[in-house]
Amino acid sequence: MASSRFIKDTGLTTRMTLVMFLLGALFVGLIAALMGLFWSSGNSGLAFIIGIAGLGVAWWQWYSSDKLAMKAMRAREVTPEQAPELHGMIDRLCALADMPKPRVGIADMAIPNAFATGRSPERSVVCVTTGILRTLDAEEMEAVLAHELSHVAHRDVLVMTVASSAGIAAGMLTRGAQYGGLGLFGGRRDNNNGVPVWLVVLVVSLVVYAISFFLLKLLSRYRELAADRAGAYLTMKPAALASALQKITGEMNTIPQRDLRTSQAMNAFFIAPALRGVSLSTLTSTHPSLEQRLEQLARIQAELGRPDA
Amino acid sequence: MGFWDVVTGRTRPKAANLDSLFLVPSAAITLQTSLGLLPTGEGAVCFRAASGAAFQQTQDEVVSLLNDDPTAPDVSVTRDDFGFTWLVAHRDPADTAGLCTDLHAVNTSLEGQGFGAGLLCSLVPFADPAGHRVGLVYLYKQGTFYPFAPQGKQSRDNLTEIQVRDALAGELPMEQDLGRWLALWGAPGL
Repeated sequence: MASSRFIKDTGLTTRMTLVMFLLGALFVGLIAALMGLFWSSGNSGLAFIIGIAGLGVAWWQWYSSDKLAMKAMRAREVTPEQAPELHGMIDRLCALADMPKPRVGIADMAIPNAFATGRSPERSVVCVTTGILRTLDAEEMEAVLAHELSHVAHRDVLVMTVASSAGIAAGMLTRGAQYGGLGLFGGRRDNNNGVPVWLVVLVVSLVVYAISFFLLKLLSRYRELAADRAGAYLTMKPAALASALQKITGEMNTIPQRDLRTSQAMNAFFIAPALRGVSLSTLTSTHPSLEQRLEQLARIQAELGRPDA
Repeated sequence: MGFWDVVTGRTRPKAANLDSLFLVPSAAITLQTSLGLLPTGEGAVCFRAASGAAFQQTQDEVVSLLNDDPTAPDVSVTRDDFGFTWLVAHRDPADTAGLCTDLHAVNTSLEGQGFGAGLLCSLVPFADPAGHRVGLVYLYKQGTFYPFAPQGKQSRDNLTEIQVRDALAGELPMEQDLGRWLALWGAPGL
């Protein structure tokens, strides 16, 4: 009986599930390959220890994520008396979404940005910079907060940490294998007729690290799109999030990253920037492009405006 | 959120729980006998208006539906600083049941058009003979009630709120988590 205007985004869900499955398979594959390698060289315990150490690092990052992020951004927690409007907005959004209220932090930074972190919805922090408070109006601010609250509801810190454990373990192995010559991987002596074990380990872990790097970025972009979607449905104002994104990214991108004189000479021959679509920067960025996000918000806007659900 | 929803990054909008609103008339009698609080004859529904033509149409339909009832005075629409819309219904102070029917009509129309997730709370204000106001707030998503007694500009009379909660504990599902007792400064009727 209770109908809802919330449309299912099957494509996004399928892609996200596939990426997460691949990441999980990658981790299992890494551990299996290492165990096989070390077993053949008579040192089977080491793979376990490295795998568990990798998981330990990931667990610690997740467990203390709220404190770590707040410290890194030099943010302070604010009370409802200090920031009544911000708290009022979050109160209402939490009541709408039926979720526990996170703590609220403000970081003294000119860059307009906001983030949410914490190991569980009960112990999460939503933090905004003073720059974003200056840049956005109330409606846009609410849209950004709804996006961050959706990250909390989706447990994105947990998901991303679990997803990154293959990469962390591979990274630690790479380090270990680089010192392989010092005898950390003791299998070299009885392996004199082929490639030394430490070199195989180095190559395997480098490959795993590279694959998991790209998969993680892909997953991160999907989670951002999912948070955009959930946030827009929570505030029921996709246009507010769209204009907030345009303001924020506009201000972040106007500062040129490179000397423009170096590229101008070649760009004169292109009618549009070369390599649109799949360039290295679109593969490695943690956030989807502005066009992609605006396109999704426009779809939601149309869905909300459609008469007779 | 279940495991699968977490994996797929999907929040299901929480549907509003409308049933408990009809418990308000009997609670009003309890408030009158135990604390001397009388209904003011007003009631308001607070919801998030979605952007777009579909919602505007729904809202216009609700307003005309309530206004066309010859026995009831007109409803009015206001917006607060947080971007939420309040639909205020007026009735004879003795007719709390009629007021609840009006509020329920608003809820069912919004839900019927798929905007049920946008319902935040509804408010039935009460006043004691000295003029102090207490609002009985219904949270749609939790399906619970809590009292809100503003005192001055930005402070609340917590003692009265606790008294109201204890008086109504047997009749209404009261919100146990005090963190969810949302402050509604400047709400219509308070």
